Amino acid sequence: MTTHEFFFGKLTAEAIPHLWYTIGGTLFIIAMSIALAIYLTKTKQWGWLWHEWLTSTDPKKIGTMYMIFAALMFFRGMIDAGMVWAQQSIAADSLGYLTPDHFQQIFTSHGDIMVFFVTMGFFFGLMNWIVPLQIGARDLAFPFINSLGLWLTVAGGILINLFFVVGGDFANTGWLALAPFSELEFNPSVGVDYLIWSLQLSGLGSLLAGINFLVTIIMRRAPGMTLMKMPLFTWNSLCAMVLVISAFPVLTAATLLLWLDRAAGMHFFTTGHAGNQMMYWNLIWMWGHPEVYILVIPAFGMFSEIVSTFSQKKISGYVSMVWAAISITAISYLVWLHHFFVMGAGPDVNSFFGIVTMLIAIPSGVQVFNWILTMHKGKVTLASPMYWFIGFLTLFMIGGMSGIFMASPPADFQVHNSLFLVAHFHTMIIGVALFGIFAGTTYWFPKIFGFKLNEELDKRAFWFWFVGYFIAFIPLYLLGFMGAPRRIDHYDASTGWQPLYITAMLGYLCISCGVVTQVYMVIKSIRQRKNNLDATGDPWNGRTLEWASHSPPPFYNFALLPEITSYEVFWDLKKKGWQPDKNYTDIECFKNTGMGIYISVFAFFAAFAVIWQVLWLFIVGIIGVIACIIILSFDDDLEYILPAAEVAKIENSYVKIKG
Amino acid sequence: MEASDTKIFGFWIYLMTDLIIFAVLFACYIVLHGNTFTGPSSQELFHMPSVLAETLILLTSSFTCSLGMFAVHRRIKNWALVWFSITFLLGASFLCIEILEFTDLIGRGATWQRSAFLSSFFTLVGTHGLHIAIGLLWMAVMMFHIVWRPLGGHTVSRIFRMALFWHFLDFVWIFIFTTVYGIGYLQ
Repeated sequence: MTTHEFFFGKLTAEAIPHLWYTIGGTLFIIAMSIALAIYLTKTKQWGWLWHEWLTSTDPKKIGTMYMIFAALMFFRGMIDAGMVWAQQSIAADSLGYLTPDHFQQIFTSHGDIMVFFVTMGFFFGLMNWIVPLQIGARDLAFPFINSLGLWLTVAGGILINLFFVVGGDFANTGWLALAPFSELEFNPSVGVDYLIWSLQLSGLGSLLAGINFLVTIIMRRAPGMTLMKMPLFTWNSLCAMVLVISAFPVLTAATLLLWLDRAAGMHFFTTGHAGNQMMYWNLIWMWGHPEVYILVIPAFGMFSEIVSTFSQKKISGYVSMVWAAISITAISYLVWLHHFFVMGAGPDVNSFFGIVTMLIAIPSGVQVFNWILTMHKGKVTLASPMYWFIGFLTLFMIGGMSGIFMASPPADFQVHNSLFLVAHFHTMIIGVALFGIFAGTTYWFPKIFGFKLNEELDKRAFWFWFVGYFIAFIPLYLLGFMGAPRRIDHYDASTGWQPLYITAMLGYLCISCGVVTQVYMVIKSIRQRKNNLDATGDPWNGRTLEWASHSPPPFYNFALLPEITSYEVFWDLKKKGWQPDKNYTDIECFKNTGMGIYISVFAFFAAFAVIWQVLWLFIVGIIGVIACIIILSFDDDLEYILPAAEVAKIENSYVKIKG
Repeated sequence: MEASDTKIFGFWIYLMTDLIIFAVLFACYIVLHGNTFTGPSSQELFHMPSVLAETLILLTSSFTCSLGMFAVHRRIKNWALVWFSITFLLGASFLCIEILEFTDLIGRGATWQRSAFLSSFFTLVGTHGLHIAIGLLWMAVMMFHIVWRPLGGHTVSRIFRMALFWHFLDFVWIFIFTTVYGIGYLQ
C-alpha cells in the first residue's frame, strides 16, 4: 500500500469536479452553504438553530425538519426529471445535450431521491407531526432514536449529492442498481458505491423510524384507545411501519452483498464464478414491492381522514377500511415477482404472482368505494385538500387499471420495461403518494403551525399538477404501446415518438408551474399568517383526537387527555359540549440531545470512507459511533419533570391568545 | 417498569429485523450452496469436531449468560460478574475457533473469492461472528456498568437486552449449525 492509498484510498485528483454539471453542482452547494452561514451569523441564530431545532426530540419539530429536507430533495429530483425529459424531447436522430452515461446517472438519482428522500421523508414528517397527536401520546416511544433516524436519513441525503463535489460519478444503473450491471466488472467507478452507502444510511434511518412508530402505536396509545378506536391515518401508518420493518432489512442485506461483490471480490451476483444475478433481482424486489406500498398506504390513511372531515360524515365502513389496509399489507409480500415476469420462471410461478397481484385490487376497491360512499349524502365542502382527494381518486383509477393490466403475464410481456410501466408507477406515486402528501400537508399545517395555508393558491397548484400530470404521462402510456423502451437517451425520428416526448416535456413545465405556485403559497401564507390564524385548534371542524389539542400544540401535546370513546373521539366530545379539564399534573418530558447528530456525522464519515476505501477514516468513524453509543449508555437522566404549575402557565397562555 | 418494557419490546422488534437480514443470508447460502465453480464443496471443507466444539461453547455461554441475568435480577453483583466473565470467555473462545477455521480455509485456497458458494458461506458465518464480536463488546461495557454503577432499573434493562441479544445469536447459530454444517456434512 502506498502512502497515497493509505491517506486517500481511491481518491485521486480525478475526483475534483471538472465536468460542467459537477462544477455547477459544487458551486451551488458552496454558495448555498455560505449564504446560510452568513444569514445565521448575522441574525445570531446559530444557538437558536442548534438548541431549538437540530438537537430537538420533539416529534413536531423533527417532523418539520423531515418535511424541509424532503422539500429540498424534491427540487433536486424535479431538476433531474426536467433534464431527462429535455434530453428525450430533442434526441430524435441526434444525441441530445447529455452523454449516455450522464443521462443514465440522472434517471438513477431521480428515482432514488424521489423514493427514499422525498416520498419517505414527507411521510415520516407527516407521521411525526400527527401520529402522536392522534393517539394522545406525549412523544414517540424512543425520542432519541427518532432524532437519530432523521439525521441518518439526512446523512444519506447528503451522501447521494456528494458525488458532485467528490468523484463526479453517480451510479448509472437505474435506481435499484440491478446486478450484474452494477458489478465492478461493468461499473468500476464509485458511483454505485455512493448509491449503496447512501441507501445504507437512509435505510437504517427508515428502519429505526419504523421500529419507533410501531412501538409507539402499540404501546403509547391514550387510555381507552383500543386498536379499533384508532383513527385511520394511524392504522395505515401502522401497516406501513410493519412493511418498513420487514422489508428494509432485505434492502440492507441485498445492497450490502452487492457491495461485498464489488469491494471484497465476492461472487453473489457476478457473471463469473457461479454467481446468481436473479438472486439480486428477487431480493431487491422482495424489498421493492412492499416499498411501493410503504409509499401509498399512509396516503390512503390521510385521504380517509380528509374525506370524512370535509364530508362532515363518519368514514363509511371503518372496519372494512382497517381490514383493507391489513390485507394490502399482507398481500404486498407475495407479489414481488411481477416486476420480472420475463425472468422465465415458467407459467406456474408467473400465474401465481399474477393472480395474487390482481387480488390487491379487491381491498383497494373496498377503500375506493368507501371513500365515495363517505361523500354520498355528506355535506361536502370543497376545501383545497378535497381537490387533491378528488384528483387522487381519478389518478388512482387510471394507475390501478394500468397496474391490473400488467398483472397479467402475457400483457406484461408486451409492455415490460417500456414507458407504459414508467407511466403506470408515476401515476401511482404522483397521484397517490404526492397528492396525499400535498393534501395531508394542507390539512394538518394549521395544527402544527397555528395558521392555514393559502387555499386559493393551493387550488391553483392543484390544477397545474392535475392537468400537468395528464399532459406529461398520458403520452408515456401511448409511447409504451408504440414500443418505446424506458431509459433511452436517443431514438430514430422515424419512430414518430418525438411529438409525444415533447408533449410530455410540456406537461413537465406545467407541473413545474404547480411547484412554483406551491413555493409561493408557503411564502405568502407565512407572510400573511395573521389573517389566517387558527385560534380554536379546530380549523376544519375535525373529528379525530389531534384536533382536540391547541394549534400549535405545546411540546407535551396534551396537558390532560379526554376519555377515548371512539375513533372519532373529538366529534363525540364536541357534540357533548366538552370543556378541557384543568387539574394539571406533572409531565415527564424528554431532554434535547445532540447525540443523534454526532452519531450520524461519524456514520457519514464511515460511509464516505467505505466508498473511497480509506481505512483510517473508516476506523475513526466506526469508533466514533461506538463511543457515542457507550457514552449514551451512561446517561440515565434523559427525562425531566415539567411541574404542574408550569403546565398551567403554558395552558393559560393559550387561553389569552384565544381571548 | 413501563419505560423499560417499551424498550424491551422495541428491542425485540429490532431483533426480528436482524433475523430478516440473517434470513436473506441463509436464502443466499441455500441457493448458492451448489455453485462451487469447480472449487471445493462443503463436504470437502468442513471440519466437524471444531464446529461441534463451537456449538457446545456457544450453548454453554447462553446458559451462563442466563445465570448472570438471574444474579442481576437478584442484585448480586459479584455472581453476576462471575457468570458474565465466564460467558465472555466462552464467547471469545468461540470467536477464536471461528477465526482459526477461517484462516485454515483461506490457507487451503478456499477464499471467499473462489466461488459463489464460498462467498455466501463466509458472509453468513462471518456476519454471525461479527454479531458475536459486537455482543462481546456490549457485555464488556455492561460488566463495567455492574462494577461501577448501582444496579438500577435502567442498567438492569440494558443488561437484559444484552442477554436477549446473546440468546438470539445462539438461536441463529443453531440454524447455521444445521443448515450449513449439518447438511454439508450429511451430503
